[in-house]
Amino acid sequence: MRNSWRALLLSGAMLLAAGLFPLHRAIADDMKLLHSERSLYREVLVYEAGGVRCICFTRFCRIGRQTCQDVKQPGRIVMTYPRMMLGALFVKPDPRSVLIIGLGGGTIPRALREVVPEATIDVVEIDPAVVKVARRFFDLGDSSAVNVIEADGRVQVKSALRQQKRYDMIMLDAFDHEYIPEHLLTREFLEEVKALLAPGGVLAANTFSSSRLYDHESATYAAVFPQFFNLKRENRVIIAANGPLPSDAELRANAEQFEEAFESFGFSTSKVLALFSRKQDWKPNARVLTDQYSPANLLNLRGN
Amino acid sequence: MRLVLSYLIAGWSGFFVMAVELLGGRLLAPTFGSSIYVWGAIITVFMLALSIGYLAGGRLSMRAPSVRKLGIILIVAALSVLPLLLFAVPLLDAVARAIPDPRFGSLVGATALFFIPTVFSGMVSPYAVRLIVPDRSSSGRHAGQLYFVSTFGSAAGTLLTSFYLVLIMEVNHILMALMAVSGLIGVTACLVRGEANAQ
Repeated sequence: MRNSWRALLLSGAMLLAAGLFPLHRAIADDMKLLHSERSLYREVLVYEAGGVRCICFTRFCRIGRQTCQDVKQPGRIVMTYPRMMLGALFVKPDPRSVLIIGLGGGTIPRALREVVPEATIDVVEIDPAVVKVARRFFDLGDSSAVNVIEADGRVQVKSALRQQKRYDMIMLDAFDHEYIPEHLLTREFLEEVKALLAPGGVLAANTFSSSRLYDHESATYAAVFPQFFNLKRENRVIIAANGPLPSDAELRANAEQFEEAFESFGFSTSKVLALFSRKQDWKPNARVLTDQYSPANLLNLRGN
Repeated sequence: MRLVLSYLIAGWSGFFVMAVELLGGRLLAPTFGSSIYVWGAIITVFMLALSIGYLAGGRLSMRAPSVRKLGIILIVAALSVLPLLLFAVPLLDAVARAIPDPRFGSLVGATALFFIPTVFSGMVSPYAVRLIVPDRSSSGRHAGQLYFVSTFGSAAGTLLTSFYLVLIMEVNHILMALMAVSGLIGVTACLVRGEANAQ
């Protein structure tokens, strides 16, 4: 009798573990810590496992790997969300200037440097430790390749506006599973971003909203960008434009230009294209988030 | 009545200061971010302003102290929050233009917005001590009770604001509600008459 109880408990625990860590179970086996440092904001950890190197902000990457890179084929894009973010090229295939908010391991600037080499790329990263780690472990190169500005994303957007800069493409990649900088998810911020976009420019935002926040986030984007593309996998990527969205035919035609490049990153344009949705799947009357009302993290708590 | 009002004003003032401080972080974030140095700037300004307020409140309690005057201090502190409602955004933008470094920018911005209301709030506790202490032998106990009420109020203001109020109300609406409560308590203190008022 006791034995069967124990077996039941054990198998239950194993099931639970498998359910909790489906992605990282394989990684945990031979996971090697290459680097760790405590920055002003968080712990920045670099793990390597199975030939894949990742930046994590929590021990053992339990929740959310930030960026991963295939050590043998650094050009391959391992995670899904940067692939979705690069879908912004289908809306604006020839950006001459790009602003990326949030560096991580630098997957997106590296890919863009290859696909649109003529574009100037500015990256804003709040955490100097992340910049250091990206240069040392993720092959970001020095400042001649990618111009990294160490600043808060919103502060930098405001200062770029004051300098009358304009960008053809803005990538917002500053959120993770644990924490959303709330001043980067308000109507006022999105209005500033829109003002910083050149006419016809594109915004791609990697977001983590679940539960109640999903409706609020959608309503907030819709308040500034009447239409946008919604791409959903584990993450949600919003692709919006300063101007009308392209037709499906235009999207497809633009995507074709990148087939070869995306193949070299290890995925196909058609898979990304299939994720583009124009459907409005949120409550349109959800309260818009503003600088005055921005409890994004409270709204994103599980159980809401 | 004098005792009840003195404790109530001290407790509410504690609530008020911490609620304004947390909302201050909210107001500064769009312009300066919400990094540790922005919070550092805010907390520095509040601590500095409180320290000066303690000094001023203690001095003021030397001359004909009354619950009525304590109520007036509370009302003035509330009124001095008004510029936050009216000018916070243009003022912070102007500061950011003049001082690009977000550390000193947030320090100057926080000083401009929060220094005066916090000085007045700081005057409340020492002034209230003067009103509740009957004699020297029990002065420590009474001061302790007053610190308890005031700091407990601060804890309540911090928790309620950061856990709940920001989830249901806009920043400016919370500030207006805080001002309204201060006004209500302050006016009540002003209406207390005669012997009960002074000591």
